[in-house]
Amino acid sequence: MKPANIIPLFVIVPLAAAFLISLLGKYVRRFSSAAISLSSVLLLALSLYSCVLLKSAPAKVLVYKVGGWIPPFGICMVLDGLTAFMLVTVNLVAFFVAIYSLAYMNKYTDKPKFFTLFSLMVCGMNGLIITGDLFNLFVFLEIASIASYALVAFGTEAEELEASFKYAIMGSVASAFIFLGIAFLYGFTSTLNMADMAAVLNNKPNLWLLPFVSVLFLMGFGLKAALVPFHAWLPDAHPSAPASISAMLSGVLIKALGVYALVRIFFNIIGVTHTFLTILMFLGALSMVAAVILALSQWDFKRLLAYHSISQIGYIFLGIGLGTPLGILGGLFHLFNHSLFKSLLFLNSGAIDYAVGTRDLREMGGLNKVMPVTAGTSLVASLSIAGIPPFNGFFSKLIIIIACIQKGYLGYGLCAVIASILTLASFMKVQKYAFFGQLKGGFTNIKEVPWQMKFSMLCLAIMCIAGGVMLLPFLKPFLKDAVNVLVEGTRYAEIVMREVVR
Amino acid sequence: MGLYFLCLALFCVGLYGVLRKRNLVKIIIGLAIIEYAMNLFFVLLGYRFHGRAPIDAQDQAILNMVDPLPQALVLTSIVIGLGVTALLISIAIRIYEKYGTFDITKIRKLRG
Repeated sequence: MKPANIIPLFVIVPLAAAFLISLLGKYVRRFSSAAISLSSVLLLALSLYSCVLLKSAPAKVLVYKVGGWIPPFGICMVLDGLTAFMLVTVNLVAFFVAIYSLAYMNKYTDKPKFFTLFSLMVCGMNGLIITGDLFNLFVFLEIASIASYALVAFGTEAEELEASFKYAIMGSVASAFIFLGIAFLYGFTSTLNMADMAAVLNNKPNLWLLPFVSVLFLMGFGLKAALVPFHAWLPDAHPSAPASISAMLSGVLIKALGVYALVRIFFNIIGVTHTFLTILMFLGALSMVAAVILALSQWDFKRLLAYHSISQIGYIFLGIGLGTPLGILGGLFHLFNHSLFKSLLFLNSGAIDYAVGTRDLREMGGLNKVMPVTAGTSLVASLSIAGIPPFNGFFSKLIIIIACIQKGYLGYGLCAVIASILTLASFMKVQKYAFFGQLKGGFTNIKEVPWQMKFSMLCLAIMCIAGGVMLLPFLKPFLKDAVNVLVEGTRYAEIVMREVVR
Repeated sequence: MGLYFLCLALFCVGLYGVLRKRNLVKIIIGLAIIEYAMNLFFVLLGYRFHGRAPIDAQDQAILNMVDPLPQALVLTSIVIGLGVTALLISIAIRIYEKYGTFDITKIRKLRG
């Protein structure tokens, strides 16, 4: 089998799982649980295997031609360093969330429907990451978005429906802007293949079209990524979903749909300019500081976490917006780390909701006596997100701050430090109110959550502690390849096209 | 050129509906109008005046054909729009069951 032939499996496996679960899940007992576990294990193994394959590939890129049509006429799927990095991030979190959901979703009715939508969301994200065609990217973006709108409303309570409606309207308007941007680019270049489009844009400079299209994409993907002027939907939508879906939404969806798509289009197709990077850095710093200040006054645990997601996305954009290899490394490393500790924190909030039945921090207290696993893992995650030395969040934040200072942006570096301190303050509050102090009277006979939920939380916590090893020489190529793809910029076209004719 | 401006006007009408209307159903209609404007714009991009259908027959010279690709893409986009609209309408119906109103100023259980 040719190595490139594993690429379409990233879309086929979750799509087949979604189809089979919706078909058979109602009639065969335990079928949906078995199918979702199998497909998520398979996807995790495939994504790790794709990293190994990429190491032995000569040009660090693999291209799969869908239906045997030669690009740029046919659709192609491209596996390069950035793709492999994002695939591992998405499928790692999806695997643990799937295991967690096996027990957690007993709270809700109709597990098969939940797992169908979940698989569709994973399919959309994988497809968006793997594709090499701009319109295909839009289609997969919509698959993932529609599945997430439905999942936010899954509880069908009043608040959930309201949040889902708000999210769906804003997401659809964002999609409209993205579609319009793609239409303009197609009208100008008469191609949809990303590599071919980058080549055409290089040879055919245009003064007014590119800034206009850039603004359309920045609005569209900025809304999907919840950058600060476009963030209003996130603090409603993420807390309203079931906890395992909040973990997926905050952990990977905003990164795959927002950060990855934005970065891929701007760095590899349109080509970055100094103005664009300045805007990206400014928006990143603004989200970082504004969202963390809003988070300080929250009492709803999940809502507080949602505000922190916006703030951490700001760090990622600040790192990538610096444009230097070190800054991009910091941004991507923070993206990976954030997907681990933020999904862990949302799983913790789900565990508390499962056992105690509340999300309000003021009603909790002393839970570390009855729920030791949840308390311990949430302590690890809180210290990681606040950037305390041995944990993974510290290293990525440190790299971003060093990169800021290296490039002479002392103000942005200072913003990053201040936001980090405020994050620590906010999570001290969480720890104090939820886990330490006196155990409240009615909580003495609370039991720890089932083993599937404990397993996911423990594994994520271990990865948060050991996250720093990613910077050691033998694992560094994983990050370094992803950074190289972005540093190469619009030479992406050349690299992919050479691989196509090989 | 006039057609493009009409397209833009349609887009603005839809955006006005989404941003300014207070009734859930009217917001959904606004969103549908935005989608129509986008699809129309994409089809216009590939249209040639007095062009003919892009069928490659044997004894015909290939000139002045309509670009078929946007039409194929717009079909996909219409289907996506259908999915979003169906989902939104079903959510709106459930919201009406819970709150007893379509007015968004009265649907405010979540606070900023």
